Amino acid sequence: MKEIIGAKEAAALVKDGMSVMFGGFTGCGAALDVIAAIDEGGAKDIHAIINDSALLNGPDGDEHYAWAKLIHSGKITEYIGSHLGTNPEAAQLWAEGKLKVTLVPQGSLAEMIRAGGCGLGGVLTPTGVGTIVEDSPLAYQRIELDGRAYLLMKPLRADVAVISAAKADRAGNLWYKGTTKNFNPLMAMAADLVIAEVEELVEVGEIEPENVATSGILVDYLVIRGKN
Amino acid sequence: MDRALIKDFIAKRVAKELRDGDVVNLGIGIPTLVPKYLPEGVSVVLQSENGIVGVGRITEDNADPMHITDAAGQPAVAMPGGVYVDSATSFGLIRGGHVDACILGGLEVDAEGSLSNWIIPGKRMPGMGGAMDLLVGTRKVIVAMEHTARGNPKIVEKCSLPYTAVNCVSMIITEMGVMELTEAGITLVEINPEFSVEEVQQATAAKLIISPDLKPMV
Repeated sequence: MKEIIGAKEAAALVKDGMSVMFGGFTGCGAALDVIAAIDEGGAKDIHAIINDSALLNGPDGDEHYAWAKLIHSGKITEYIGSHLGTNPEAAQLWAEGKLKVTLVPQGSLAEMIRAGGCGLGGVLTPTGVGTIVEDSPLAYQRIELDGRAYLLMKPLRADVAVISAAKADRAGNLWYKGTTKNFNPLMAMAADLVIAEVEELVEVGEIEPENVATSGILVDYLVIRGKN
Repeated sequence: MDRALIKDFIAKRVAKELRDGDVVNLGIGIPTLVPKYLPEGVSVVLQSENGIVGVGRITEDNADPMHITDAAGQPAVAMPGGVYVDSATSFGLIRGGHVDACILGGLEVDAEGSLSNWIIPGKRMPGMGGAMDLLVGTRKVIVAMEHTARGNPKIVEKCSLPYTAVNCVSMIITEMGVMELTEAGITLVEINPEFSVEEVQQATAAKLIISPDLKPMV
């Protein structure tokens, strides 16, 4: 059975200078408790891989929703993602030189994480051809094949993935609600250590095998939201 | 033209480009106005790149913003028959040509059909998000925007801002007219009767090809 730990213990697994993937999209589907615990006392100098900059004034009532906290407090010093428009504070910190930002197209980001988790050496995509993405440190090179141009993008992996799902069974199998899947199942494949925060813990068998979107074999620790 | 009416005028014309059953991705701004102008008998499947195929109607009862949002983080829901997918699948649908049309705004569009809409270096740097994938993968790319930015042409010979994607735009729809992108350049195919061809050309920094079959834009 999967080990269940508190949000603070989970936060302590993230060390200074580590690369960390945070699942979620504008904060929807984020590991809210673990992120709050990292913000309160956890590691600094986090090199984050996250789709976007989350939201200000989240639906949970927080002024800084999800990882917007870690951007606000300066815990995140390096950011790889696709979009900083939903929380302009991130773009502001970038402009001031306080946050190192590498932007890649969202579809490329998803595939680069998938590739990192699936043992692939890169992603060959037409997205970004002819744009400044060609000069990105995350692009290997431009390649022409059968008359079409592609960029070969690097696979992405991280030391830790901090993901979230609505439900886990005791074996760590995850079920996602609504649009909370987004980057979570991809990141679960692409990190050395995977922490999954869930809203509800159920017995093995209660999530039908067909409905498991992330296998428990990928999850190292479970955190139950609201029970720390 | 009355500025208050421009956005709806553009959205109404864009709506005519969509066919029943089309899978469509809408950008922010004018594109979000398009669904309310769909002709009778035309319904489209809206795709939201954060993971909804078939966006439904949000009500007070079905809003669940902790679990279901659109790509801007606002409450959303799948329609009956809709699907929630992960980001790799969502962009697989986009890049793989399974989305029929995307409608989005632009800062600059040029005669080569290239679009710049994601960054003004040093000023506004939100990131490209899903726009680059949408432009490359979607079958039909419709740029819906005001013809100029306070009088400054947005349709130009060559974009000066960083590209979102090159050679990708199918059509530009503004309050002045409808333009199609071809090998030869930008062809004006419909014109708002409130403007003359000379006025449209004057507001455009690229040489327009005037269709011999130029129609009034209604």
